Amino acid sequence: MAPAAVTGFLASPTVHTALIVGGFVAVITGIVGVFTVVRGQSFAGHALADLGAVGGSGAFLIGLSQVWGFVGAGIIAALLMESIGVRRLQGRDVATGVVFAFGMGVTALFLYWGTTVGGSSNAAVSVLFGSLFVIDPAVIPVVVGLSVLALVVVVVCYRWLLVESVDRDLAAARGVPVRLTGVLFLVALALAVELSSLTIGAILSTGLLIGPAATALLVTRRFGRAVLLSAGLALAITWAGCLVSYESYYWTGRQGNWPVSFCIVALIFLVYLGVRLGAALGRRHAAAHAGARPAAPRPLKAGV
Amino acid sequence: MKARRAMVMPGGAGTAEAREPAAGAVLVARDIHVALAGRSILDGVDLTVGAGEFVGLIGANGAGKTTLLRVLLGVLSPGSGEVMRPDGAGLLTDARHGRGVGYLPQKVALDPEAPLRARDVVALGLDGGRPGLRLRGRAAMRERVDETLRAVGAAEFGDRRVGELSGGQQQRVLLAHALISDPALLLLDEPLANLDPASAHDIVALLDRLRHTRPVAIVMTAHDMNLLLPVMDRVVYLAGGRAATGAPAEVVRGDVLTRLYGRPISVIHAKGRVLVIAGDDAAPADEVHHDTAFGSTGGQGRP
Repeated sequence: MAPAAVTGFLASPTVHTALIVGGFVAVITGIVGVFTVVRGQSFAGHALADLGAVGGSGAFLIGLSQVWGFVGAGIIAALLMESIGVRRLQGRDVATGVVFAFGMGVTALFLYWGTTVGGSSNAAVSVLFGSLFVIDPAVIPVVVGLSVLALVVVVVCYRWLLVESVDRDLAAARGVPVRLTGVLFLVALALAVELSSLTIGAILSTGLLIGPAATALLVTRRFGRAVLLSAGLALAITWAGCLVSYESYYWTGRQGNWPVSFCIVALIFLVYLGVRLGAALGRRHAAAHAGARPAAPRPLKAGV
Repeated sequence: MKARRAMVMPGGAGTAEAREPAAGAVLVARDIHVALAGRSILDGVDLTVGAGEFVGLIGANGAGKTTLLRVLLGVLSPGSGEVMRPDGAGLLTDARHGRGVGYLPQKVALDPEAPLRARDVVALGLDGGRPGLRLRGRAAMRERVDETLRAVGAAEFGDRRVGELSGGQQQRVLLAHALISDPALLLLDEPLANLDPASAHDIVALLDRLRHTRPVAIVMTAHDMNLLLPVMDRVVYLAGGRAATGAPAEVVRGDVLTRLYGRPISVIHAKGRVLVIAGDDAAPADEVHHDTAFGSTGGQGRP
């Protein structure tokens, strides 16, 4: 079954578009993800996904391409967050929770209007859970251009982001333009998150942002290697997810495919879990062989 | 041009700084005023640091030590007053453009999981301000990083994740980060906070050794001056937004601090340490020596 099916997979134009768009998005999201995790801005990534969904759903209503809806809303949200001060936002869970819930509420309203007025019942699934297999090939140049733009921003800011991850004043003392770096990174983050929203949906996009990065950080203590590994993992998982989704048509007795977003997010989860377990077992193994430290939990200190 | 004029001009009249020559100075701060959120933090502070000097900024929490250090660093603009710092070429220039300074911030919270080795942090001290990737000069960089790690006694943990090092080891790594650019001046914010007494003592000894082996002046903040007494050339004692400046024996005295605080203060010397307390007569006279000559007792302050 497999060879013939794989031939079909590789011959499908829909799959071609999915592999190209998904591939570019995966690489840039994997790269930006490592910086996001190290800077502790996963929260900002999630916020940008929620607020970008307003644009993604709004685009349906006014007949604009979804990608511009996501990216436009994401960039505006990023600049607003910067002007308010991301660092201040992070401490205020309640207020920000209300703002983001409002964002999702507006998304729900737009999607409802889209369904009743435009008659497009796919909009909700597409905005919230992605549309990798129904993407118009015409958006390929847009996706490639925006991915390259985000990559250029990250490369220019590479060392600035590293010093700033140690300490903000330290970075300022080294001559890093800290304010500019913060703005540029948020824009790169918005681009990565919104492009992922386009492929695997606004709700799941944080998974692609954080999952491969967190997995890579389990494996290596070198920043540069973590970035390359995360990008490679995100790419491999996205492509494997496309294949699994395509093949699942045959496994389910031709009842329909498993959604590609599900396949990608499930693979991200399984790979993370596997690497985490492998790392734990490796440490146990090393400890047992070294003989210096028993694998059993350390005894409590006397008097505790 | 501006730098040269500022160096020969005398500072504000009536301060200890005004009497000192500014020639050979690596830092000149004049009449610094800072107000944050409407509250006056610094209210006319002067400071001149000579080449190779060790200066302690001493004061209680909230006395404005960190604020003053941030002004000296150039990341905080004072409401009024001016700060001249060395640039890369060894000339004094406006603090906002000066680069010949190494800085160690207070309470750096390093994530134990962060994928940065100690040597990565040190390397960023040299080129962290440049855009783009580090593509060339990796071998030379590695050599320079190794040399700097050795200078601060951190060679053996250069390849470990910086977040998993102990507090004292992290301070050494951050010190190497500050030192690698060969600065004329180090600004250190509470480098002894959160260290156990032995590590704190080791760091002070290291700092003293560094300024004798390379041409670097050190300005550091501390809330407890006792560890610094044996090595400090000068103390800047901050209280109520003003500063008393001079050799420790001139400043850490009951009469000077009483004037600074505007209320009675006693300085108690015991076992080579000093204790600054409120009140005129805090302990029986036969157990304390008010305002004794400082040099004789200060030198024995090391544990």
